[in-house]
Amino acid sequence: MPDTATPIDKRPLVLLTPAFIAITALVVIPMSFILVYSFYENVDLAVDRVAFQFGNWQALFSDNYYHSAIWKTLRISVVVTVLAAVLGYLPAYFIAMTTFRHKWLLLLLLILPFWVSFIIRTLSWIHILGNQGALNGLFLWLGLTDEPLQMMFSEFSVMVGLIHVFLPYMILNIYVSLEGIDRNLEPAARTLGATPWQAFREVTLPLSLPGLAAGSLLVFVLTGGSYVTPLILGGPSDFLFGNLIYDAVVTELNWPMGATLSFTLLVLLGSVVILYSRFMGLNQLSKAFG
Amino acid sequence: MARVELKQITKSFGILKAVHESDVVFEEGSFTTLLGPSGCGKTTILRMVSGLERPTGGDILIGGKRINDVPIHKRNLGLVFQNYALFPHRTIAENIAFGLKYRGVNKADAAQKVTEALDIVRLPGVEDRYPSQLSGGQQQRIAMARAIVIEPDVLLLDEPLSALDANLREEMRVELKSIQHRIGVTTIFVTHDQSEALAMSDKIIVMSDGRVEQVGAPAEVYNNPASVFVANFLGASNIVDVDVKGRGADTVTLDVPHFGAITLHADRATNLGDATRGKLVMRAEKLHLADGASPEGTVSTRGVVEAVDYQGQLARYFVRIGETRFQAMNMIDGVPFAEGAEVSVVLNPDDCSVLANEA
Ligand SMILES: Nc1ncnc2c1ncn2[C@@H]1O[C@H](COP(=O)(O)OP(=O)(O)OP(=O)(O)O)[C@@H](O)[C@H]1O
Ligand SMILES: [Mg+2]
Repeated sequence: MPDTATPIDKRPLVLLTPAFIAITALVVIPMSFILVYSFYENVDLAVDRVAFQFGNWQALFSDNYYHSAIWKTLRISVVVTVLAAVLGYLPAYFIAMTTFRHKWLLLLLLILPFWVSFIIRTLSWIHILGNQGALNGLFLWLGLTDEPLQMMFSEFSVMVGLIHVFLPYMILNIYVSLEGIDRNLEPAARTLGATPWQAFREVTLPLSLPGLAAGSLLVFVLTGGSYVTPLILGGPSDFLFGNLIYDAVVTELNWPMGATLSFTLLVLLGSVVILYSRFMGLNQLSKAFG
Repeated sequence: MARVELKQITKSFGILKAVHESDVVFEEGSFTTLLGPSGCGKTTILRMVSGLERPTGGDILIGGKRINDVPIHKRNLGLVFQNYALFPHRTIAENIAFGLKYRGVNKADAAQKVTEALDIVRLPGVEDRYPSQLSGGQQQRIAMARAIVIEPDVLLLDEPLSALDANLREEMRVELKSIQHRIGVTTIFVTHDQSEALAMSDKIIVMSDGRVEQVGAPAEVYNNPASVFVANFLGASNIVDVDVKGRGADTVTLDVPHFGAITLHADRATNLGDATRGKLVMRAEKLHLADGASPEGTVSTRGVVEAVDYQGQLARYFVRIGETRFQAMNMIDGVPFAEGAEVSVVLNPDDCSVLANEA
C-alpha cells in the first residue's frame, strides 16, 4: 500500500514507555493486589482465607469509627495545609526577593533539616512542647502559669509536628514560582499608584498561585497519608486514617482490612489530586502566562 | 505636566558611587534624553525620579515641590520599563486600566480611557488579549498606553526601544516622539543609542561614569562636543592636538597637523575658551576622500586607505596620514576606494569644532 497517510510520530510513545512501565510495575500491579486482597477474609490473627466477599468493605461503610477518622484526617490536612501555606509564604517571599548575594545559603538552610532523620526531628518536639520542655520551662520561669501546660500528645502537637516536617516542601514550591516573576512588575504597579500591599495583592500573589497551589496539594496529600507523626506526637485519640491502616496491618495482623483501608486512602487522596488539577488546575493557572 | 529638577543629586551603592553630584533640569513639556554608555547611571537617575531608588544626597523637585519623601504611588509618574513589565495575568484592558482604579475612575470612564489610549498608540481592538499574545512592538505600545492613560506629570522611559529589532525601532522612534508631542508630557528618555537621542530629543544630557558631561540641544551636542568623551560617544570622531594661531572678531585660526591652517567660526570654538592649545574634533562623516589631486580652495592632504569597512550605501575608511590613522565615513559614489589607494583627504573647516586641551 502506498504510504499516503502521514506517518505517526513514535517518539512520544518511546519517551513515555519507561514511565508507563514504572507506574504499571510499581503502582498499578501492587494496587491491584491490594484491591484483590481487600475481598479476602481474615479468619484469625494473620490467617486469611482466599475469598470474594464484601465483609471488609461493609465494615468500612457501616462503621462510624472509620468515618470519623476520614473526617478528622480531612480536617487536620486542611488546617495543616492552610497554616503551612501562610507560614511558608513569608520565608519563600523573603528568599526570592532578598538582594543578599549568597541566596544559595538560604536555600541550603531550607534543605538542611532533611539531613536529620525525620523521626528525630519529630521527637525533638517533646523537648519543646513537653511538660518539662523548653516552652513550659519558659512559661513557668516567666510566671505566666503555675502548672505546666498540656501541649504534648494532643492534636495541637500533631499539627505542629506535621507543619514542621512539610513546611520546606511548601516554601520551595512557593519560592520557585516567586523566583519566576519579573522583578519589574511590582515596581510597575507601584508607579501606577498601588501601595506596596496592593501591588503585592494584585501582582505578586496571583502570579505565585501556581507554586502556592502545588505546595498546598503536596502538603495536603502528605498530611493525609501520614501516620508516624501522630504515632509519636499524638495522644490515644489523635490518630489519622493512616494510623488505622497501621493498626490493622501491624497490630491486628488483619491484612484484608488493611488492604481495604489502604485502597480507600488511595482513592480519597487520588480524587483530591484529580479534582484539584481539574478545577484549580495547575495547568489552568499556567495558561495565564502563555 | 511639570518641570523636573535634580539638585546636587547623588546615589551610592555601598562603596560604588553610581551618580556623582549632578544638577539637572528637565523643562516642562520637553523631551529630554539621558544618553551614556552602559553603567553610567542613567537608570539610577530615572529610578530616583520615580521613587524606586532613594537618593543618597540632594533633592528632587517636580513642579517646584520637593518629592524626596513622597512614596512612589503618590508621585503620579508614568514609567515604561525596558522589558515593558506588563502584567502577564491581566488582559490588555486590565493592564492599561490598572493605574486608573487607584485614581477613583469608574468602570465606564476607565473603559473609555482604555479605548482612547489604545487609539493613541494605534493598536485598537486588543483589549481582551493577554500580553503574551502580542508581539514585542505591540507590547511596547501597551506599556506606553498604560503609562500615559493616568495622565502622568512626567513620563519616564528606560530604553523602551532596545528590545525591538532595527526596523521596528526606527518606526517606534517616530511613533513615540509623535505621541509625546501630541500629549505634551514632560518626558525623560534613557538610551545608550546616540542616533535615537539625536533624532528624538529636545535636549540631550550626555553622561559618563555617573557624571553629566554635557547638556544641550542635539545639534549643539553633536556640533560642539564639550569633551573628548562626548565627541567620541556621539559618532566616530578624529581628534587631533592643534595650536591656536590667531583669533579674529568671531573666528579662530588653528594650525592643524598635515592639513595646515584652518579658520573656524567662533561658534565652533565655544569650548576652547582662552586656551592656546586645543583638540580639533573632525567627524568621521565630515572627512571626505577624493580621487587624485585635492580640489582647489579646500583644506586637504594626502593619505593612504588602510582598511575599508563596507556598509552598503556607506563605507568606513581607515586612512593613514603621516603617523596618524583617521576615520572617514563616506557615501559610496560608484565604486568604493580600495585598500592601498592613494587619496586626497578633504576637510571642511565649517564642520569641525575645537575644545580646550584639558577637556
Ligand atoms: N541595586 C544596585 N546595587 C548595586 N549597584 C547598582 C545597583 N543598581 C545599579 N548599580 C550600579 O550602578 C551603576 C549605574 O547603573 P545604572 O543601572 O544606572 O546604569 P545604566 O546607565 O542604566 O546602564 P545600562 O545602559 O546598562 O542600563 C552600575 O555600575 C551598576 O552596576
Ligand atoms: Mg539602564
